Amino acid sequence: MKICITSQGATLDAPVEERFGRAPFFIIIDSGTGSFTAIENQFARGAGGVGPKAAQVLIAQDVKVLISGQVGGNAREVLAAAGIAMYTYRSGGTVKDAFDQFTKNTLELST
Amino acid sequence: MKLAIASGKGGTGKTMVAVNLAFTLSQTERVTLVDCDVEEPNLHLFFPAPGITTEVTVPVPVVDETTCDHCGRCEEVCQYGAMTVLRNRVLFFPELCHSCGGCTLVCPNGAIHEEPKRIGTITISTPLPNLKLISGMLDTGNPHAVPIIRAAKNLAANDPLVICDTAPGTSCPVVETLDGCDACILVTESTPFGLHDLRLAVEVAARLGVPTGIVINRSDGKDQATIEFCMDHDLDVMMTIPFDREIAAIQSRGDLLCRVRPEWQTAFTALFIKCGAITGVQR
Repeated sequence: MKICITSQGATLDAPVEERFGRAPFFIIIDSGTGSFTAIENQFARGAGGVGPKAAQVLIAQDVKVLISGQVGGNAREVLAAAGIAMYTYRSGGTVKDAFDQFTKNTLELST
Repeated sequence: MKLAIASGKGGTGKTMVAVNLAFTLSQTERVTLVDCDVEEPNLHLFFPAPGITTEVTVPVPVVDETTCDHCGRCEEVCQYGAMTVLRNRVLFFPELCHSCGGCTLVCPNGAIHEEPKRIGTITISTPLPNLKLISGMLDTGNPHAVPIIRAAKNLAANDPLVICDTAPGTSCPVVETLDGCDACILVTESTPFGLHDLRLAVEVAARLGVPTGIVINRSDGKDQATIEFCMDHDLDVMMTIPFDREIAAIQSRGDLLCRVRPEWQTAFTALFIKCGAITGVQR
């Protein structure tokens, strides 16, 4: 299963970015193998409507779970329609910490 | 001649200049005053009169899910993220849509048609025999002011003398209002904020090729920084209005300086003549 964590950098040690649509990177972790890829978010500096566009990136990557600080209304609608579960992480830690908390089921599901 | 009254910084006195200029000129000729600050129009407070209100609509796409095969072309063409195509449905975000019509054009299945969506109103009134007031008003919650401004300006397109009161700032509503005007009056105040935003507004007007002059409002006599900026940029200070409690009181109760103090009409007539001079437009 692919899990996307919004990030300020391209590595697992990078801090989690709390914004979804304007996150500089999406770190996509395969929970089965533990391998990850970093995707630069080309919409991070866009003028508007970035939420739905960023959501499409996740859909194209077949992501099933998103971990981020805050997901805007439009993006949320797209993600929900695509069946992507959204979890909230606001502890200010790294991508790895967010992933660990998700594995331990301590993150809150955002609905 | 078409004039825009703009400022950059809010609260410098655009409306005060617009209503008094329109009132003064309407003593001798036909004037059309257009309220292009459609997010918070207020000229009607100074010229109360019954008016005729019409709706402003913009076309928005409607997707027929029975003909749509979810190919995603509409999403690709949309520069505003308003269309999201999923495997089995299309999500449309009307508040992101700029009504460009691109999605309808590119749909290979003809599954998209456009329907009008109301975004605001325009009210036309005749508060004085020689004065026509056109007020645009954006509906609450709607993000797109520009189509209303465009519609309001269109209604004045054939009028001989048009004064447009713009929104504050330097973004799309201001650009739309200034576009096509023969001259722009920038109303400023001699504060650091006033000068900072004046600088931005001067750049916008210059980029649009609209000749510009300056009105200094609420002057306490210490206008040196503003005057130096104007000299450096070859801008005329066409009028200076002093800081004066009586002027503020007249404006605050919705009255007109030039009606209460008719001697001010001379200054506003002179302002208009200077506007004509900076445009070079023959009237």
